[in-house]
Amino acid sequence: MTTRVLRWIAEPILAGLLSLAMLALLLAVSGYPVADSLGALWGGAFGSWSVLASGTLVRATPLLFAGLAVALAFRAGILNIGAEGQLMMGATAATAMAMALPATSGLAGVALALTAGVVAGGLWAAIAGFLKQRFGVLEVISTIMLNVVAVNVTGLLVRGPLQEPTHIFPQSEMLDVALRLPKLVPGTRLHAGVALAVICALALAWFLRATAAGFRLRMTGANARAASSAGGIDVARVSLLAFIASGALAGLGGAVEVTGVTYALYENLSPGYGFTAIAVALLARLNPVSAIGSALVFGALEAGASAMQRDAQVPAGMVEVVEACVILVLVASEWLGGRGGRARSFFWGGPPNTASAESSESLNRTRPTEPTSTYTNRSIITRDDTRSSRRVSS
Amino acid sequence: MVLPPGTNRAVTSVAPRMALDSITRHYGTVMALDGASFSVSPGEVHALLGENGAGKSTLMKVAFGLEQPDAGVIRFDGERTTLRSPRDAMHLGIGMVQQHFALVEAMTVAENVALGGDGRLDLSQVAEQVRRISGAAGLPIDANAFVRDLPVGAQQRVEIIKALARDTRTLILDEPTAVLAPQEATELLAWIRRFADGGGTVVLIAHKLHEVLSVADRVTVLRRGHTVLTARASEVSEQVLAEAMLGTASPISADASAGEITAHHRARAIDSGAVVTLTNVSACDEYGAERLRSASLVVHPGEIVGIAAIEGAGQYELLRIIAGRMAPSSGVVAVPEVVGFVPEDRHRDAVVLSATLTENIALRGAGTRRGLMPWNTIRRETEALLSLRDVRASSAEVPMRTLSGGNQQKLVIARELASSPTALVVENPTRGLDIRATTEVHTALRAAREAGTAVIVYSSDLDEVLSLADRIVVVTGGCVREVRGSRDVIGRAMLTVES
Repeated sequence: MTTRVLRWIAEPILAGLLSLAMLALLLAVSGYPVADSLGALWGGAFGSWSVLASGTLVRATPLLFAGLAVALAFRAGILNIGAEGQLMMGATAATAMAMALPATSGLAGVALALTAGVVAGGLWAAIAGFLKQRFGVLEVISTIMLNVVAVNVTGLLVRGPLQEPTHIFPQSEMLDVALRLPKLVPGTRLHAGVALAVICALALAWFLRATAAGFRLRMTGANARAASSAGGIDVARVSLLAFIASGALAGLGGAVEVTGVTYALYENLSPGYGFTAIAVALLARLNPVSAIGSALVFGALEAGASAMQRDAQVPAGMVEVVEACVILVLVASEWLGGRGGRARSFFWGGPPNTASAESSESLNRTRPTEPTSTYTNRSIITRDDTRSSRRVSS
Repeated sequence: MVLPPGTNRAVTSVAPRMALDSITRHYGTVMALDGASFSVSPGEVHALLGENGAGKSTLMKVAFGLEQPDAGVIRFDGERTTLRSPRDAMHLGIGMVQQHFALVEAMTVAENVALGGDGRLDLSQVAEQVRRISGAAGLPIDANAFVRDLPVGAQQRVEIIKALARDTRTLILDEPTAVLAPQEATELLAWIRRFADGGGTVVLIAHKLHEVLSVADRVTVLRRGHTVLTARASEVSEQVLAEAMLGTASPISADASAGEITAHHRARAIDSGAVVTLTNVSACDEYGAERLRSASLVVHPGEIVGIAAIEGAGQYELLRIIAGRMAPSSGVVAVPEVVGFVPEDRHRDAVVLSATLTENIALRGAGTRRGLMPWNTIRRETEALLSLRDVRASSAEVPMRTLSGGNQQKLVIARELASSPTALVVENPTRGLDIRATTEVHTALRAAREAGTAVIVYSSDLDEVLSLADRIVVVTGGCVREVRGSRDVIGRAMLTVES
């Protein structure tokens, strides 16, 4: 138990150090003053309580919500690449709800707006879930495409029904002060949504570990066939519910961003939170509690990047390169362990199900006389043993 | 299936088209081929027979360059050759149609035929080629149809056309009729005969003896990696072939009582009610082919019913219907609500390798569990099962993948028996296990019987079935019937030889 806690803490720190080392190398190669640039980065991320509260933590919050969404989906064996779109739909629905409510509704109104975001994000993900189960559409494809649809739906709305009263800017009216998330620390941008995100992370960890539904979700993700055959689990139902829950978390992230940070809806509300979230989830090895740390690492990097650009004239894009490098290193190493077999093999281009790959290995060893590979013109397709390959091909 | 057997065909005295001489191939400590020899001449249909695991497929993989022999000589038209890959084999005009087709379902027939070709791709030209071959060979096919829309029989024709498009003169067919309806099988066998009469060479791996005798010129039987019989088809009977395939009972089982195989028809008074009752149950596989025809079966508490069948006879569906894992297409199924099930592919269907042992035990009943997981209780239960069934694991919290195959299987059986089910369905329970683990699994199954569980066990190893079962049910061609008698009688019943 203690080693696990240590790992939760150690890994994000290690990843942070790794990315700093890479950034230093990149800066040196590109001819920027390494120490000054890194100093600016550090200052922008952790330099003072106010930059930590207003910059890093605020920046990490949507990353954490979306990262939890991705982690939950991956744990269920669903490759949800659509957190970005689900987040945008959440932000849009929260804005629409807030606009429809009187300012006097206060905190209850904020709660309603957040709920609208949860529902919208869940429904948006449910589209991909439905397409997958009804027509076998790969969720990787459908969620990516729904991202584009979501951004354009938002664009349409902020030029139409949700546009501000003067009809000049493509954005919504500012939310009434009463309908904004309360501040945790007066005088900073640190809003209550930060605490909500941490609560969500802890709740998700508890759900996955302690509840029967969470157990069904994990088993479905780890080996759907065994979950169905040995556990009697309705894997289609579990999978659809996981789609919805994942979208709901991302949608909540979008709603929190509108009611806590931007106070208005516009197309570029998210600078790719939903995509960085994949990195957040992978760095956290799909563990919700570790995701708090990894969201912080990425939040700090992004908050520091703008300071570095301002103070040391280093392009902020440099940090994005480093983020990508960290992910590549993580994925290349076996840090992901046995978690989320399907997600892992997706990134490594392995078989669709690690379990069946292993079983075919063992069958090769133990049943040498059954055909284990099939010759197709120029390529050898390795299969399970004769019996199972036919069954598995459905 | 009344085809003119290739009588009066002079099996030429010139060098055979393909000759495999004393081929040896082993995997680890298992000898898959132990000096097997086989040859086939132009114009000949040569059938290759043997039980599951006798080495048929391995031998043909060697002939097609998919496997390299450890020892032995391959000659083609009298010349010694080495087949490093299927590409080499194809250069010599050898083609192979595997039991499981290697087709791209989302592509058309012509595109599948074009796959692996060289140079520029002109699909209309390929389509024309497909039509030409299809016309000349008498294998009707629509060159522009998508493979996924074709029935199995047509997909098989695509595979053959694919081979013919590469100027194949030596065709190896691995159990080609196993997936076909009787009418389609008859047509295919007739085509095979015509292909050979036109100067082609065919190696036919088969299970069904009457088919073999109806089409083949010569027959070779493999048993445990050896060639035990090669004869003209006109000179052997089904009985002779069955005896050659089955051999005499060999003491493979580590179990002490395996010697008295047929003495297991225990005089156990079974007057308690039936646990499992199937009445006229039929079932189809995912392709819609009927796999089980009007099967009826009754299993009582406290007995082990052994299922004896060759690969693909319908036992796969039968077991899953009893276990409640598959719905029949018709008939009446009366089984307990909870049936223990130990499937043959445990990594795919029974365990979650990345999950802990406790979690794997918790899997049972997970579909209907509500609220919180009582982890402490389940862990204690797991620890109790580990010691009860002698599963060697350092703790209940290690991942399943850290256990050996035998310990994994023991844990699966422990889990399935933990809720004291009234029925237990077991499929190839000792596949891949060593002798010690095999014995332990057998002991656990017998203990379940003594505890009053109705146990249904299938194994592709007939001797294992015989050593465990109180009575034997044979599944052939989707039909289920009880067979009493010696190993020989049951073996023949599996191969549908009238006794």
